[in-house]
Amino acid sequence: MVTITRGGRNDRIPDGRAGRRGLGRSAVALALTAALAGAAAAPAQAAAWHNIDVRGSVPPLAFDMTDAATGKPVTATDFRGRIVLLYFGYTNCPDVCPLTLHNITVILQRLGKSADDVRVLFVTVDPHRDSLPVLRAYTALFAPQIVGLRPDANQLARLARRYRLAYSVSPATGSHPYEVTHSAAVYVFDRTGAGRLLIPSLASTTPDLAGTTADLRRLLRASGERGWFDRLVRRF
Amino acid sequence: MTDHPPVERTAAARRRWGACLGLALAVLAPGAARAAGPVLVRAPWFRYLLASIPAGGYLTLENTGAAPAVLTGAESPACGTLMLHRSETAGGTDRMVGVKQITIPGHGQFRFAPGGYHLMCMQPKMHPGQAVPVTLRFADGSRLTVRFAVRGANGAPAPGGTMPSGMGPSGMGPSGMGPSGTGPGGTGPKMRM
Repeated sequence: MVTITRGGRNDRIPDGRAGRRGLGRSAVALALTAALAGAAAAPAQAAAWHNIDVRGSVPPLAFDMTDAATGKPVTATDFRGRIVLLYFGYTNCPDVCPLTLHNITVILQRLGKSADDVRVLFVTVDPHRDSLPVLRAYTALFAPQIVGLRPDANQLARLARRYRLAYSVSPATGSHPYEVTHSAAVYVFDRTGAGRLLIPSLASTTPDLAGTTADLRRLLRASGERGWFDRLVRRF
Repeated sequence: MTDHPPVERTAAARRRWGACLGLALAVLAPGAARAAGPVLVRAPWFRYLLASIPAGGYLTLENTGAAPAVLTGAESPACGTLMLHRSETAGGTDRMVGVKQITIPGHGQFRFAPGGYHLMCMQPKMHPGQAVPVTLRFADGSRLTVRFAVRGANGAPAPGGTMPSGMGPSGMGPSGMGPSGTGPGGTGPKMRM
């Protein structure tokens, strides 16, 4: 913000001229420049997000896995053009995973027709137990935009490395039950596949449903990386 | 709603039960209380997903007595095994840990709610719309059988309202969830959130 003050003994003006007339013209020029600079430098993304802005620090969406609905291989390019939520879980998870998917379902319902342009990728970290039919049946319980994906062990390792996700699956032994640990967060990618947001935990008892819905609406509205000023300039 | 499970009581316990019932009816208008001794159970429900994966059970325990009550376990004919569990988030990762017992403080309450404490029901034999019996076991040897409402994947506690007859203490609203199973590809019932 540029504050213009009139007159005064302590005014410092770059061209050295004090006095009303000089101050007026310089002030107008300064204000106009500031306004244009502000407009150019302030695209739609400048306002704060409700979730964590990870733009530039998360690699673009890339993977190859098997789609539980079709049994066919899919890659990230199959989802370009849509907003993508990426979530890691497993079907034998009785509490956190269904809660997260339920909260996502509520958000999708609040988006209404716009939810057609959103895909939620539920990636199993437990491909050993989560077969394609189980994954397909599981995701279908929540919302049609949720896609079950099953990586093999190598595909999962690559994906986890790429997005720095922690997961572990410990088979049952005599004294310890089968145990799975997985990242709680949901990543959001925009229509170009760029990593944009991290939703810290939709598995908490007080998730920010309204804020996340607003963030997704904003990503859905955005037509690309450029702000309104750039789009305006590019028309000429 | 009349199918109270039979429970053995002393005269003193019967008076307490009467007092608890009065309290319950006064405070919990949807009529969602069951009691053994000083402990009331409110809004018990299962989230049922698929027959091959665990169902999660939730409830609120209210202790109207002065002494802490200790819940040590649970069992149900609707579950192969039923265990007390807690979901934990630490360092950005989620996991589940078994819980041996939980203590409900005197004149206090304890909530099993999504994202936190839950009952893990393995090999669930139930479907959305049903009410299934669960017997809670306490450290003092007492047992309390409660009917849990079974909801589907998107089941969420409805904000009170009259209970449909034949259902357990569930607090499900009249136009709310009902049999909330979702068919393949369905988006489930509309939510009030």
